[in-house]
Amino acid sequence: MVTVAQRIERVWTMVRTVHDPELPYLTVEEMGMVRGVTMRDNQIVVSLTPTYSGCPATDVISEDVENAVRSVEPEAQVEVVLSPAWTTDWILPSAYEKMREHGIAPPEGQSADRAFLTGQGKVIPCPFCKSKDTSMVSAFGSTACKALFKCNACLEPFEHFKCI
Amino acid sequence: MTEGQHLQIILRLGDDALVLGQRLSAWCGHGPVLEEDIALSNTALDLIGQARNFYTLAAAREDQGRDEDQLAFFRTDKEFQNHLLLEQPNGHFGDTIVRQFFFSAFALERCAFLSRQLVDAEVAGIAAKAVKELQYHWEHAAQWIVRLGDGTTESHEKVQASIDHLWSYTGEFFNADEVDAAGAEAGLLPNLAVMRKAWNARVEACLAQATLTCPEDGWMQRGGKQGIHSEHLSYMLAEMQVLPRTYPDATW
Ligand SMILES: [Zn+2]
Repeated sequence: MVTVAQRIERVWTMVRTVHDPELPYLTVEEMGMVRGVTMRDNQIVVSLTPTYSGCPATDVISEDVENAVRSVEPEAQVEVVLSPAWTTDWILPSAYEKMREHGIAPPEGQSADRAFLTGQGKVIPCPFCKSKDTSMVSAFGSTACKALFKCNACLEPFEHFKCI
Repeated sequence: MTEGQHLQIILRLGDDALVLGQRLSAWCGHGPVLEEDIALSNTALDLIGQARNFYTLAAAREDQGRDEDQLAFFRTDKEFQNHLLLEQPNGHFGDTIVRQFFFSAFALERCAFLSRQLVDAEVAGIAAKAVKELQYHWEHAAQWIVRLGDGTTESHEKVQASIDHLWSYTGEFFNADEVDAAGAEAGLLPNLAVMRKAWNARVEACLAQATLTCPEDGWMQRGGKQGIHSEHLSYMLAEMQVLPRTYPDATW
């Protein structure tokens, strides 16, 4: 007899295999998008919170999670939960080093900090040479979650994961 | 606030976001520089995402078997209740920035209120996310207002003309109808008279920094919230809706 706890754990194992299509070296769990796996009316429900209102990856992620968990729980449902809103504070610490390895400066500090919203008033170190002599080129980058920066020391452009 | 008014408030929030998002998306590939192309497209994406969240909520609440796509693609111009400012054509880059500047100052204040109110937790959740995005939109527009206003003689004149032209569309933000009044009384919507003070303070401070002149309040356009639009909306919707209306069962 498989217990509920075991079923939930089995689903979690599958959820952990799903990666963020825009940041493929990170899992959706590391992105802090998985709110939980619960049993509701004898059905497993995986709750996800999107990172940005208009994030085009949200649909793909929901589908990927659904496909992954249905291999062990054919009746499992995926629901999108908007409240409370996702914040960069939910990104797991393991994601930070992986972002740096891929040339993206991770979010810095608490997202509540107003100064971060413009990418100003806070030093964003270069993910390549670690120099703190960097400047923002644009608050908008290749995806909704990133801003464009350049390093004044090594002259490399890089992206910064916005604190939101 | 009746249930119908509550639903209407959510739809209006979606309509504002969708109409401006659709307008801005037309800049994709046409921005004056690459960074601006990306910035305007990202802003459009944020707004369309916000619209989608509000429409999904509205569709679930009305429970008529419609979804967010039906609300976006199968309603006519008279059923849209966005503010008139948002359907105004993109014009040149300065026109687009001024439209964004006026709206973002309003949307940011409104959304901050929506994220704090306790009447509708789902609206608060959508707003809590949106308010951070709107903060970026506001900063972006405000920085451009300063750069254009305090730039060359030509950029100053052009952006001042955009401000003077679009000013008459800003009065509608604060022109409360019975839906707004009911929403404010219930605590779901902010008091528009209070909002007006906050909006004026934001806009005037930035215009002063940009060496631009804030127009005198004169006759103001109205009607968008009641579904009475400028002709521009119909053309915009025709383009936006043609594909799903022609092929209602299309999927991709
Ligand atoms: Zn560097």
